[in-house]
Amino acid sequence: MDVSPQNTTGKPFPGEVHPTAGGGILVTKLDEVINWARSNSLWPLVFGTSCCAIEMMSTAAAKYDWSRFGFEVARATPRQADVIIIAGTIVNKMAPVLKRLYDQMADPKYVIAMGACATSGGPFFYNTYSVVKGADHVIPVDVYVAGCPPRPEALLHALITLQEKIRKGAS
Amino acid sequence: MNKEELKIRLETLLSSPSFEEGAEWTTVIIGPAEWEGVARQLRSGEGLDFDYLFCVTAVDWRTHFTMVYHLTSTVHRHMLVVKIKLDRERPEIQTVSDIWRTAEFHEREAYDLFGVVFTGHPDLRRLFMTDEWKGWPLRKDYEDPVNMIKL
Amino acid sequence: MIQEAGITEQGDLVVNLGPQHPSTHGVLHLVITLNGETIKKVEPHLGYIHRSIEKMCESLSYRQFIYVTSRMDYLSSHINNHGCALCVEKGLQIEIPPRAKVIRVLMDELTRLASHQLWWGAMAMDVGALTPFFHAFRERETINDIMEETCGARLTMNYMVPGGVMADLHPNFQKRVKEFINFFRGKLGEYDELVTGNVIFKSRMKGVGYLSPESAVSYGCTGPTARGSGVSCDIRKLYPYEVYGQLQFEEVTATGGDCFARYMVRMQEMRQSLSIIEQLIDNIPEGEFQAKTKAVLKLPKGEFYSRVETARGEFGVYIISEGGTTPYRIKFRSPGFSNLSALDHMARGHKLGDLVAIMGTLDLVIPDIDR
Repeated sequence: MDVSPQNTTGKPFPGEVHPTAGGGILVTKLDEVINWARSNSLWPLVFGTSCCAIEMMSTAAAKYDWSRFGFEVARATPRQADVIIIAGTIVNKMAPVLKRLYDQMADPKYVIAMGACATSGGPFFYNTYSVVKGADHVIPVDVYVAGCPPRPEALLHALITLQEKIRKGAS
Repeated sequence: MNKEELKIRLETLLSSPSFEEGAEWTTVIIGPAEWEGVARQLRSGEGLDFDYLFCVTAVDWRTHFTMVYHLTSTVHRHMLVVKIKLDRERPEIQTVSDIWRTAEFHEREAYDLFGVVFTGHPDLRRLFMTDEWKGWPLRKDYEDPVNMIKL
Repeated sequence: MIQEAGITEQGDLVVNLGPQHPSTHGVLHLVITLNGETIKKVEPHLGYIHRSIEKMCESLSYRQFIYVTSRMDYLSSHINNHGCALCVEKGLQIEIPPRAKVIRVLMDELTRLASHQLWWGAMAMDVGALTPFFHAFRERETINDIMEETCGARLTMNYMVPGGVMADLHPNFQKRVKEFINFFRGKLGEYDELVTGNVIFKSRMKGVGYLSPESAVSYGCTGPTARGSGVSCDIRKLYPYEVYGQLQFEEVTATGGDCFARYMVRMQEMRQSLSIIEQLIDNIPEGEFQAKTKAVLKLPKGEFYSRVETARGEFGVYIISEGGTTPYRIKFRSPGFSNLSALDHMARGHKLGDLVAIMGTLDLVIPDIDR
């Protein structure tokens, strides 16, 4: 699988911006209702590679509960999940696995890049031969969260931002 | 045994050992050809009983390689460090995975990152990198302009 | 030699477990050869989180490389940093002040408690009980808050530096830790009622995954994995560092060698950690928290090895220095690497569900193995 950066837009690193359909300007009432329903019941996929996974588990636990916002069941299989939270570093060996998981998810699907490693390689940016410098080299990302690891409140803020993005009509 | 007794015992065991001075634990430097016999005697020798191999390191000194084995005994609680100098063009050494089972993974790691070949290893293939990876990443002359961003 | 998923010539089924799977250990890929539901061979495939840490450390200075080890075994991040700081101090041959030693031991034991709590919650979740997960995280949050007040971070705190610790204790530290000790002692009894005494749990753990003492030493297992088989290998007792030589605590070993023995070892270790914290919390000496060191550290030419006892076993830091400001070669001897090599030996002949129980008691953290 080719995981080298596909620079189709001609723009330099970091990352490319993928235009979302619809423009978000004209929405009908039905679209609004559907978007509201979708945003309030996003089920995350259990995907944590390294330290950020522990903060994700803390967000799922009793003190910073994320099921208040609708992320009730964390599904183990990508076929039943809506959002994949990439918690941890992505390395060259893991990138095809991530791509395969993303492809197995059904539309509409969303991606949150949690932590510095998933955003841009993080502390492992310089002098490493095996780290993918940012998960957006592999799959398109909707929300980025900064932190190493981000606090559970930061992850909750990212989840709420994603919910607002969906309500505004971006797919 | 303390350091002096261990040194005397090793001098009777090996043909011409050289000891490193000033190290924290007894450090002996041997050649690659005698490693297998020495390893068996260290494991089961009377009063030696080095049954716990806790660290296997490969070091790239630019002109040659060195394999460093840290050994200790759970019975007598003494420590030994064995260093073996290998040729850089063809780094080969006998495996010890049948003596200490932990060496199986450690030697695969040394093969993956440095290219040291362990003759007699049951399953010598790459451990961390993908199977198609070219090159030995931890060598000092490893160049990777695609992946590595130098500071 | 690499067996793809499918059916072999002998009619055995080969399945992949991972790298993405709901057990919270990280990204471990196991290729399991099954005969019906009985395991014939387990082969771990590693490298899915290999972040080339050893190569990266060769270009970082002696003050900088410590932050990376926090991210290796992130559940005992203080203890990893402690090992690195000890190695650098051995090279520089500096003495650290007594206040810093006691603070380091306190932080280590709190980290060990937090790691065992998470292990308990995650292992119960693997075996099928979901409630202990929430109990464990509630306790862990208290420790995280205590750490955050003093060290500034919840999970990867880079608090240990060569020479001592980075900042002094927060004024609330002693009070909060004392409250926590009293609160947690009662909780341990609750944990025993909830999980340890459970009939289903016992029948899943007893007799499963036997590891003999000779195999444990031969495979290089350390920590509770080996102590569950009766091997005495606690670095805090054998080669004491900091103030461990002056404390009263016991090394916990068990003789069963199966999953239940390893489980009980960790539960008892939590009690021993509580007693260590109790002995120290009222006797923190006054004084400096950091020895004076130069801004740019240069280790003399030579080799230095230091070992500490993390929640998983023995963590070793081996620095080879050529006299410059960056190390020539660093090797981290991680406990999980050797513990994992015993998995194949332990799991043969058991069923697939037992494999999950065995992995739970081994307490693997995959970034620690892959480095």
